[in-house]
Amino acid sequence: MVLSLLRYGLRRRHVPWRVIPPTPDRFKPSYDVVIVGGGGHALAAAYYLAHRHDITNVAVVERGWLAGGNTARNTAIIRSNYLTPEGVQFYDQSVRLWRTISNDLGINVMVSERGHLTLAHTDAAIRTMRWRAEVNKHYGVASEVVGPAEIAALCPELNLSHEVRYPVLGALYHPPGGIARHDAVAWGYAMGAAARGVEIHQMTEVTGFDIDHGRVTGVRTTRGTMRTGRVLQAVAGNSSRVAALAGFRLPIRTVPLQACVSEPVKPFLDTVIVSGSLHVYISQTARGEFVMGGATDPYALYAQRSTLEFKETLFSDMLELFPQLAHMKMLRQWAGLADMTPDFSPVMGLTPVENYFIDSGWGTWGFKATPVCGLTMAATVATGKPHALIEGFALDRFARFDQIGERGAASVGS
Amino acid sequence: MKIMTCPLNGPRPITEFACGGPIKERPADDAGGARWAEYVFIEDNAAGIVLEWWYHVPTAFWFVAERDTRTDTVIRSMTVAAWKERGGRP
Ligand SMILES: Cc1cc2nc3c(=O)[nH]c(=O)nc-3n(C[C@H](O)[C@H](O)[C@H](O)COP(=O)(O)OP(=O)(O)OC[C@H]3O[C@@H](n4cnc5c(N)ncnc54)[C@H](O)[C@@H]3O)c2cc1C
Repeated sequence: MVLSLLRYGLRRRHVPWRVIPPTPDRFKPSYDVVIVGGGGHALAAAYYLAHRHDITNVAVVERGWLAGGNTARNTAIIRSNYLTPEGVQFYDQSVRLWRTISNDLGINVMVSERGHLTLAHTDAAIRTMRWRAEVNKHYGVASEVVGPAEIAALCPELNLSHEVRYPVLGALYHPPGGIARHDAVAWGYAMGAAARGVEIHQMTEVTGFDIDHGRVTGVRTTRGTMRTGRVLQAVAGNSSRVAALAGFRLPIRTVPLQACVSEPVKPFLDTVIVSGSLHVYISQTARGEFVMGGATDPYALYAQRSTLEFKETLFSDMLELFPQLAHMKMLRQWAGLADMTPDFSPVMGLTPVENYFIDSGWGTWGFKATPVCGLTMAATVATGKPHALIEGFALDRFARFDQIGERGAASVGS
Repeated sequence: MKIMTCPLNGPRPITEFACGGPIKERPADDAGGARWAEYVFIEDNAAGIVLEWWYHVPTAFWFVAERDTRTDTVIRSMTVAAWKERGGRP
């Protein structure tokens, strides 16, 4: 290890690890599918289109670099203990895909199932957790309401004292909850898709669409127009802007979500801890850093800036849960653009434009869904019909007043 | 700290305020479910200059503000009366 590191460090000509092919110089005469966005969701859809549906004449179009959006800005929490039957079944399928993803993609995604505790500080929160636990168990998802004694056993580092503003009364314990290495997910899907012939065009921004009699026929970009039979849009915080280019509007508001990471220290926290009432969550990476986040910013914005208010509110509550963090130094702070829906569920499937499909409304909770979004959107694009697991997430549910209310389970803790 | 100028209380930290969302044209009571669903749920979510309802929480005061959502700047704010004088309709 030390020797190879030394040899690597002293090597004169460093050969970069190039697994994702360079952007092709020109476009093909036409594509079967153009995917707008180069995040995890888009790349997963490209991968499953190629692997499960044999559709390989596909171009992924990303305006910046792969995973430069929310895919590598999130706090990487994976779980399936949601509240609605639609949500629980969907996220459970994703948790199953995560279990084999490293082998499937041939890259170490470092999926680490370590137990997820959502803390309750009020009777109302306990009540919602019992409800969630029952729905979860009904669909075979491990989920249990636990009291302070069990919490102390699972996470001895947590401050369970009552000498705080919001004492911990109980928690929802979800053993399969965990974290993963988020950028590796995008690279793995990109590698796998490219190996089957999918083209990946980076630094190429989509600026419009050709639509003929209500059907999409082309994608205009800063490098020219691509002719295509089908389009899949997966652009997270920019969902409304891209949909506007195609001529329709969404039930989405774009709001920044911020996070930060501490200096690395020896491991002392092996669970993921979330408090919905305090709007904080924390986990420790394999590298020893604490990854922490909170609630979304209070108003709509497209600026990915960081604020002092975020740190102040985050730590005033975090230090009640983990007073021992008071002496830690912060390494980095950043923001991503969350595409928030009114019911905290995604918007997936068909759109008013024929052959134009959408994967959006992933807000603060879409990283964990990357594999299942790719899988279900690929099937939807390939067949032209929404996959059974995403029927409830259709855009027209709002016109039918048939929302999938996940607020109780999705608002914080990602 | 970001400052919002409240027409009643003057410049205050933006954390004292709540954003009520963009001003939209309210449909007629009998406009039908589809139109009302659109009004309630569907958003322009514009990247650019927006006109919104804002609320100063400690003094329970609603007003109108114009912001640029690309740069996080507050352009101006006005009372509802001033906004109506300029032709605004709730
Ligand atoms: C701070 C933070 C913490 C989070 N924590 C969690 C968590 O713990 N667990 C969880 O499950 N989820 C979490 N999320 C949510 C999660 O990150 C997202 O829902 C998910 O990553 C969305 O993936 P995506 O591939 O759809 O979007 P992105 O990765 O954002 O990809 C969209 C891409 O589209 C590109 N694009 C935009 N417009 C255009 C255009 N016109 N032309 C071409 N390309 C374009 C962008 O450049 C971008 O690369 C968090 C989000 C943030 C911001």
